[in-house]
Amino acid sequence: MRLKLEKRREPSLAMLVATPIASVILTMLIGIVVFDLLGIKGFKAVVDIFLSPLLASYKWQDVALKAAPLIIIALGLSMGNRAQVWNIGAEGQYVIGALCSAGMGMAFGQSGGFLVVLLMIAAGVVGGGLWAAVPAWLRTKYNVNEILSSLMLTYVSFQVLGYLVGGPWKDPNGRNFPATAPLADAQTLPVWPESTVHLGVLIALILPFVFWVIMARSEFGYQVRVVGSSATAARHGGFDSKRTIWATMIIGGAMAGLAGGLEFLGVLHKIDLGFASGYGFTAIIVAFLGRLNPFGCLIAGIVLAVTYVGGQMAQTSVHIPNSTAGIFQAMMLFFILASDILVRYRIRVIPSAKAAGV
Amino acid sequence: MASPARLELTGITKRFPGVLANDNVGFSVKPGEIHALLGENGAGKSTLVKMIYGIMQPDGGEIRWNGQRISVANPKAARKLGIGMVFQHFSLFEAMTVLENIALGMDANIPARDLESRILAVMGQYGLKLEPHRIVSTLSVGERQRIEIVRALLLNPKLLIMDEPTSVLTPQEVEQLFTVLRKLAQEGCSILYISHKLHEIKALCDTATILRGGKLVDTCDPAVETSRSMAEKMIGGSLKDISRAAGRSFGAAKLAVKALSLPADGPFGTALRDISFTVRAGEIFGVAGVAGNGQNALLLALSGEAPNPDPASVTVDGVAVGHLQARARRGHGVASVPEERNGHAAVPIFTLADNAVLTARDRLGMVRAGLIDAKAARTYAGEVIEAFSVKATGPSAMAESLSGGNLQKYIMGREILQKPQVLVVSQPTWGVDAGAAAAIHQALVDLAATGSAIVVISQDLDELLSLCDTMAVINAGRLSRPMAVAEAKIDEIGLLMGGIHGEVAHAS
Repeated sequence: MRLKLEKRREPSLAMLVATPIASVILTMLIGIVVFDLLGIKGFKAVVDIFLSPLLASYKWQDVALKAAPLIIIALGLSMGNRAQVWNIGAEGQYVIGALCSAGMGMAFGQSGGFLVVLLMIAAGVVGGGLWAAVPAWLRTKYNVNEILSSLMLTYVSFQVLGYLVGGPWKDPNGRNFPATAPLADAQTLPVWPESTVHLGVLIALILPFVFWVIMARSEFGYQVRVVGSSATAARHGGFDSKRTIWATMIIGGAMAGLAGGLEFLGVLHKIDLGFASGYGFTAIIVAFLGRLNPFGCLIAGIVLAVTYVGGQMAQTSVHIPNSTAGIFQAMMLFFILASDILVRYRIRVIPSAKAAGV
Repeated sequence: MASPARLELTGITKRFPGVLANDNVGFSVKPGEIHALLGENGAGKSTLVKMIYGIMQPDGGEIRWNGQRISVANPKAARKLGIGMVFQHFSLFEAMTVLENIALGMDANIPARDLESRILAVMGQYGLKLEPHRIVSTLSVGERQRIEIVRALLLNPKLLIMDEPTSVLTPQEVEQLFTVLRKLAQEGCSILYISHKLHEIKALCDTATILRGGKLVDTCDPAVETSRSMAEKMIGGSLKDISRAAGRSFGAAKLAVKALSLPADGPFGTALRDISFTVRAGEIFGVAGVAGNGQNALLLALSGEAPNPDPASVTVDGVAVGHLQARARRGHGVASVPEERNGHAAVPIFTLADNAVLTARDRLGMVRAGLIDAKAARTYAGEVIEAFSVKATGPSAMAESLSGGNLQKYIMGREILQKPQVLVVSQPTWGVDAGAAAAIHQALVDLAATGSAIVVISQDLDELLSLCDTMAVINAGRLSRPMAVAEAKIDEIGLLMGGIHGEVAHAS
């Protein structure tokens, strides 16, 4: 008996949906086994990380707050990935977006209100987009691989952040800590009464619909899909590949910048050296786990947010480090990438070779 | 039967997932016989010879070699038995000499000096002209094929399999090849000749085995059959002639190309050099030539995928469009069908409806306020499927799920039903079965009758001669003087395809 991979006539829709779910379940099972072998209560750890945040209603707010930036960034990244544009630097675009929001807020001093908040968010969008325009320019003009350039720019963005919060933007009343002054209340995002859930969560719930319409129904979305499938066919159809790279790269950056701005205005209210928390990298996992589909990103964003919150809970309950959540997130990405092949291929069991005919 | 057949197949069956490639096929080849294996694309010819040459194993049936039942484990075993094969696509190293290429392909390790003398002996014996120390990249396609033939002949084969050998040759080269094959047959070597060109089979072969849909249809004598009767056996139906109105007249010049030159696209591209021709309304203009002489570059230059800085290099109805990109040119009524279907003319992982959007969205108004009208796309895809009898599950079938011929029909239909003013097609019937090819030809003729100008780029000379009103030959990026097909001489075309311009062409 042997196994053989056989190409499907058409990609399997069932597998497209089933493999991400199976990846999450497999991650949980492997997690139980590995933790048990390490002498930690595996079952308890996995339940804490994957289920407790969902079962405990007081944790839902946390999940929503963590999911919002993941979803928003992943939406932008998945559009780029559809066009075969691999922006790995969302983390940097997120940081620059937040810095631009902060800069805009400072320009208005202590005054705030609807218009100022709107301008601050817009500044984040523009900043993130411009930061992503650099790799787009390098790629289209000099054929520089955007994976490297966008990743390297992330580290540049950390230096920019370090310089600003440690220098010109340092809070004079901050006991010399490298951080910006806390936002005036008038410059923060509106919050749902009696909770910490801010306007950004609502935006993260609405954007998947917007992206779905763009990707599935609009000519621009069509163009992105054609360019990603075959540059030659795109040229035949009269689509400009370079312009598509520019557009998707900038949209990806703009979404990361938006997420950064919302996080700053809605949750943290100040920027310090620890502002970059890895959302930009985790969103890559969200995009793939969500199958580059806008609604998939919504669900996957929530799943990953659960592991963030669950990781914190497991710290106290089973005494495992917070970074355990990162291991689980990485495992999910491995499984989803490995199972990708099942969408286009099926496994066939071939019984042991029968007597040769000739 | 006095002596056993050189090769005898009985009940050969080969199954692939979802298809029966060969279903109980049997025939025999006598020593010294030139045996044609005839069939449309997908009829199972290649699968059958791959089993004879040991590349695949049959699921059922038996192969007898000189009366002995054998099993051919791999090509090396086949060569040991005395079976040689010349493939349609050559496996040669461009940067090496003829001699080095032949030496690399030999199973036994023969010193270069001995090999060279043996090569020269084989070439002398069969009149194959080839210079052993030339670098392959400088050789023509016909010369490259000769390397493969010499390589096969060095093993003193008792059976030589030739897979579509003439598809890339000029008429003169075909004649030379036939002389070699006839000589081989006289010496007792059997030849299994795979082709779908019926007049070649009539001229060359003693027997023809016809396959259709993996099944044996008939084994017949090509000398007795007519080309038409064999074609009808091949497609399993009656063949329709192209019908066109007698006494057609052409209108004003619709597509005019003036002194079009384009640099080569990459190291393997061909530069276009000073190409000029005019196609009138209602005229079908053919471009003949051996593959790789700039056909692809010409199509891209006309479709707008490779725009030219000089706007006047291409004009449509008097409007200069040379500088415009593909989309803008479509606005002026220029449609095109490139040679490569998957990934160029169509996106394989898109549905047929989505592929309709690719080139028809502007002309048929499928985009409104930036949103695609999916219903319009589905309707149009349905119309194309219907009008060109495309075998597909419907507009939502993936392009890659269609067979090559059906996808070609769909793509041709997608462009033709847009009623373009100018249609440029490359290899319109490549890999398409005879019945579908006739339908495509008829559609092109009908489109021309409505006053469109059509350019057909093809390597199939028969296709051009039967379809076109005017034709020219492309060689090394230059286009010959156009000639009326009614007055064209096949010898002259052959010489032009081989790269002889000027005095010979004009003298005739």
